[in-house]
Amino acid sequence: MTEKTIYKRPKSWKGVHTHYCPGCTHGIIHKMICQAIDELGIQEKTVGIAPVGCAVLIYNYTDVDFVEAAHGRAPAIATGIKRVRPDRIVFSYQGDGDLASIGMAEIVHAANRGENITVIFVNNAIYGMTGGQMAPTTLLEQKTTTTQSGRDAHEAGYPIRVCEMLATMEAPAYIERVSAASYKHLPALRNAIKKAFQNQVEGKGFSLVEVLSTCPTNWGMRPLDAVNWLDTHMIPFFPLGKFKDFDGGEA
Amino acid sequence: MEKTLMKGTEAIAEAAVQAGCKYFFGYPITPQNEIPEYMSKRLPEVGGVYLQAESELAASNMLLGAAAVGERVMTSSSSPGISLMSEAVSYMAGQELPVVIVNVMRAGPGLGGILPSQADYNQATCGIGHGDFNLIVLAPGSLQETVNLMQKAFDLAEKYRNPVLVICDGVIGQIMEAVEIPNGTGARYTNPVEWAAGYMDKRGSSVIVRSLYLDAEDLEAHNRKLEAKWRTIVENETMCEKYRTEDAKLVISAFGTVARIARSVVNNLREEGMQVGLIRPIVVSPFPVADFESLSPTCKHILDTEMNWGQMLRDVKAGVRYNIPVSFYGRSGGFCPSEQEIEDECRRLYAELG
Repeated sequence: MTEKTIYKRPKSWKGVHTHYCPGCTHGIIHKMICQAIDELGIQEKTVGIAPVGCAVLIYNYTDVDFVEAAHGRAPAIATGIKRVRPDRIVFSYQGDGDLASIGMAEIVHAANRGENITVIFVNNAIYGMTGGQMAPTTLLEQKTTTTQSGRDAHEAGYPIRVCEMLATMEAPAYIERVSAASYKHLPALRNAIKKAFQNQVEGKGFSLVEVLSTCPTNWGMRPLDAVNWLDTHMIPFFPLGKFKDFDGGEA
Repeated sequence: MEKTLMKGTEAIAEAAVQAGCKYFFGYPITPQNEIPEYMSKRLPEVGGVYLQAESELAASNMLLGAAAVGERVMTSSSSPGISLMSEAVSYMAGQELPVVIVNVMRAGPGLGGILPSQADYNQATCGIGHGDFNLIVLAPGSLQETVNLMQKAFDLAEKYRNPVLVICDGVIGQIMEAVEIPNGTGARYTNPVEWAAGYMDKRGSSVIVRSLYLDAEDLEAHNRKLEAKWRTIVENETMCEKYRTEDAKLVISAFGTVARIARSVVNNLREEGMQVGLIRPIVVSPFPVADFESLSPTCKHILDTEMNWGQMLRDVKAGVRYNIPVSFYGRSGGFCPSEQEIEDECRRLYAELG
């Protein structure tokens, strides 16, 4: 009988346990990134931009070169790297507070210049590491430590749909929203992340994947309840799908 | 190379190109706009890249990115823009990145005005951003000296893997005079393969270009390393000019354009037989303490003069160990102390010396 490997750790995964809370989806997203890097054979020329927040420690798990960024500035740093070393594969990994609040200017302008970079945007509708404050993507009526009676549009505005907003611009090559919560959504997550890297390898330009994610700790839920909440509350407001794809025409 | 009539900012830009700078990220602000304008045309000619960022925040972080992969890179701005860049400067100091930043200073605070000033001395020499670090700060006294120091700025940045700031007042940026731009040495003082991102294929292992150390032991060790590096810089990299101070009873202390004016004052008063000299820090951080300490025993008084309300005074007083009285004359808002004003002040002080 011949042995057949049906699953193994990605080569670019450092093979250590993560520090993430039970039910957090960062680990799944990291792994999908490692798989894409392995499949494209780009480990030794990839440079990641580590964010501020829980996921700064992505560099403890992913075996590629990393540069740390201040909160929100990752797209500018990625731009600086890619412009001077266009043969490198450059990606940023950013949360919703990082990308859609303090770093809104940087992401909009990197997208508008069509920088040939890959952005993995993790949207869990809350500030995780600082302890569960309101994010720009926090849903209306969602309770956070700074919206204790629920987010009120009159006080705090509405959740921002980043993909829809960036898709209004001419330059971006590929924008898709996927989910990392339910197993049924994982093939789409995996394909989207790989495509976002593949696009850069092929010089197609700015690619962003928004990944809806759970934060059971700061949502105050058990992991399974968090998955269900994402499916029933986040997806209706943040619909999954492609918003822009040069390959397949405008989505 | 022969002398060419050039505008200050353009000469500074060309000097940077000659010093091997191939990359520039910037954002428009008066009075330094000719630097990015010149770079936008010039850098593509040398196979480099110019990019106009969406803000100084972004420009300084693009600078960080380019430096993190080991390339020779610079930006320039003016006072309010430098404040915005201070965030990235702190990170770059922590991440030990070699970058050069030129501040063509304008008058502040706030929007202030667009006329020349030296009001960012404190900001520059006290580290600019949050955290425990120091910048190497060059404060050239003329356009020719600025141009000459650009090579040194890049070399120091690489030698110590520390941000270097060049502060020029708006006079140096906007003046038009004949300058000789030196050819670059072509020397590099760092091997990016050893530490920079983007070299995993050549190095065989990954790196993290970081300033985050969550364990106190690790962060203290990192900060000790930065401090030890700074001690080496303090020992080796001060630069100061003393002019006719050997027998001077009254010494003027000044930097930048004010020092250029003060030199004329010294010459004028010397013709009248007054024993007056000039001490001029060229590197203001680290401050040339030893040069002040070793001023001639004939020196009975120091007149510090600046285009601000006396930001260098503290360093001058500490430099002479508070043993020599120091007085101050300054102008602000875009004015520069004139020859006449400094001369009048010198005569008054000199008469009191007896």
